[in-house]
Amino acid sequence: MTASIPVNRDRFGAYGGRYVPETLIPALDALESAYEAARVDPTFQHDLSDLLEHFVGRPSAFTPAPRLGELIGAQVWLKREDLNHTGAHKINNTVGQALLARRMGKGRIIAETGAGQHGVATATICARFGLTCVVYMGEEDMQRQALNVYRMRLLGATVVPVTSGTRTLKDATTEAIRDWVTNVNDSHYIIGSVVGPAPYPRMVRDFQSIIGREARAQVLQRTGRLPRAVVACVGGGSNAMGIFAGFVDDAAVELIGVEAAGEGLASGHHSASLSLGTPGVLHGSLSYLLQDAQGQVHPAHSISAGLDYPGVGPEHSHLKDSGRATYVAVTDREALEGFTLLSRLEGVVPALETAHAVAWLAGTKGRWMPDEPVVLCVSGRGDKDVAQVRELSILPL
Amino acid sequence: MSVTTSSDTLSARFAQLRGEGRRALVVYLTAGFPDPTRSVELIRAVAEAGADVIEVGVPFSDPMADGPIIQESTRVALQHGVGLTETLAIVREAQVPVPVVLFSYLNPLLAGGAGAMTQARDAGCSGVLVTDLPVGVDPEREAWFGESGLAFVRLVAPTTPDERMREIGRHGGGFVYLISRLGVTGTQDTLAPELESTVARLRAATTLPICVGFGISTPAHAATVGRVADGVIVGSAMIRAASESTQAAASLTRALRAALDGA
Ligand SMILES: Cc1ncc(COP(=O)(O)O)c(C=O)c1O
Repeated sequence: MTASIPVNRDRFGAYGGRYVPETLIPALDALESAYEAARVDPTFQHDLSDLLEHFVGRPSAFTPAPRLGELIGAQVWLKREDLNHTGAHKINNTVGQALLARRMGKGRIIAETGAGQHGVATATICARFGLTCVVYMGEEDMQRQALNVYRMRLLGATVVPVTSGTRTLKDATTEAIRDWVTNVNDSHYIIGSVVGPAPYPRMVRDFQSIIGREARAQVLQRTGRLPRAVVACVGGGSNAMGIFAGFVDDAAVELIGVEAAGEGLASGHHSASLSLGTPGVLHGSLSYLLQDAQGQVHPAHSISAGLDYPGVGPEHSHLKDSGRATYVAVTDREALEGFTLLSRLEGVVPALETAHAVAWLAGTKGRWMPDEPVVLCVSGRGDKDVAQVRELSILPL
Repeated sequence: MSVTTSSDTLSARFAQLRGEGRRALVVYLTAGFPDPTRSVELIRAVAEAGADVIEVGVPFSDPMADGPIIQESTRVALQHGVGLTETLAIVREAQVPVPVVLFSYLNPLLAGGAGAMTQARDAGCSGVLVTDLPVGVDPEREAWFGESGLAFVRLVAPTTPDERMREIGRHGGGFVYLISRLGVTGTQDTLAPELESTVARLRAATTLPICVGFGISTPAHAATVGRVADGVIVGSAMIRAASESTQAAASLTRALRAALDGA
């Protein structure tokens, strides 16, 4: 291999990489250079901070959750990404990438979406910047998240139903990549999580790391100490990487990612790629993946569209192997209970994705010292899920 | 008949064609489509009808570089339970006297493990092409394919800069697969206008034979491309014919052959 080709660029241990069609390699090179330049450009950083403050509404609140804390015997704090404009952490990334797209002179934006939160966040910033926006969404998810489909269209985006494969996030991502291969000269693909080919996993993490930077400062300011643990749900893994980024160098802080166990880890119907997957290549990177012995990707399942994905960001695979982070899984049923629990105990209706992290935390009584801070990332709010939960809920309302 | 199973088979075929002043007809077929038995028949039929090289596609659940026609063929093949193992069984059973290139996404090959490339050679493959393993992204795994004894066929896109084309030429074998246009596989009515200049750039970067694919749908396209490239690759149009009948695929192959030889 000659020196002109950098090797092991953007790997996290063995994971990551750029396993894409040749057509996209020059576009990824260009994206990487543009991002590297933007990172150190004071104008870009100023524009980004300005948007995060005045458009997204940052910093997001840091809320004590005393009743949940009492339940589990710890001091629980909520990092409130649900209070961001558009209702989830996804906007942190779309604002950054849209600024970058504008800088690169790309007038057309492509995105995939599962729960619709990333699609809405992308459509929102595209409206603000006057960019054309095309969002790919699985047909099944369009039904589960009908309200978000309407919101995207209201914001001027074109929502393209994806009918191939499992008709969920995985196939929406595949279709978005096909669009990008076809329109790579005038389009930028705003991927919605810390997945995909390099530089996406690192870039999306960087844009989401504002969550962790704020949370670290807030927990120190409010409690005078670092938390014992930071807990977040993991679909592709962007809200988790965002908050973990603030604490990864604090060795004493436990990093806990909560995956979707669907109908149970033994059922075969789940999205627990870190808990039960094996390394494989999907959507441009090497990472833990749900797959069969012949390398065919196994369909994922989760009650929450945003976690219903058979892969996971490569940095999580590395954090798992290195032991720096711990990954656990929570079933659909437990997540529904978490959804109601946070609503009733703290007056915060979480997204179903977040409800997985809530549910895990709710079951940890005895694990903590009473004065220990534990930070829960509330990745989004549950408005989008209320109709679905109302139909499915096992709890009397 | 005996088939030599090494990368030399592919080079020999191109040398022979070059000597005769002819263009290569490369035909793509998805293994296991429309079912495993007819897949074997199709491979034999297109070989008989004049294909010089056959690319046999390993079905994959997430074919991100493929358009609707090949996606659908992949879905059908997977329903018949055809993965890498069955693909190699199909190649072995077909035993055609023309070189076969295994065409795959990376993940099924990774899952096949260390012995997969030896098994591919034993089954009668002469080359391997990995859609999502571009030059330089993973030297260790690229070396695995490069040293497999199979010709490691690499792809070049219209977006590939000159320096990278040279790099691809240095790390590739058999022939270079030039993607004719931006986009995924599929049929189209007209050819990309910049194709000729891309071929010229690639010609200056490598001495490997250049075959052009993606969107070559008709004998007329084949003839046009045959005037500038060393070969044409026909995939989606062939799968569409194959979904009609084996005969339809054979007659498309004959028509393409005639158009190329008349060029
Ligand atoms: C509110 C919310 N949380 C979490 C996720 C999962 O994504 P990630 O793991 O990238 O944070 C989503 C995805 O749609 C979401 O909408």
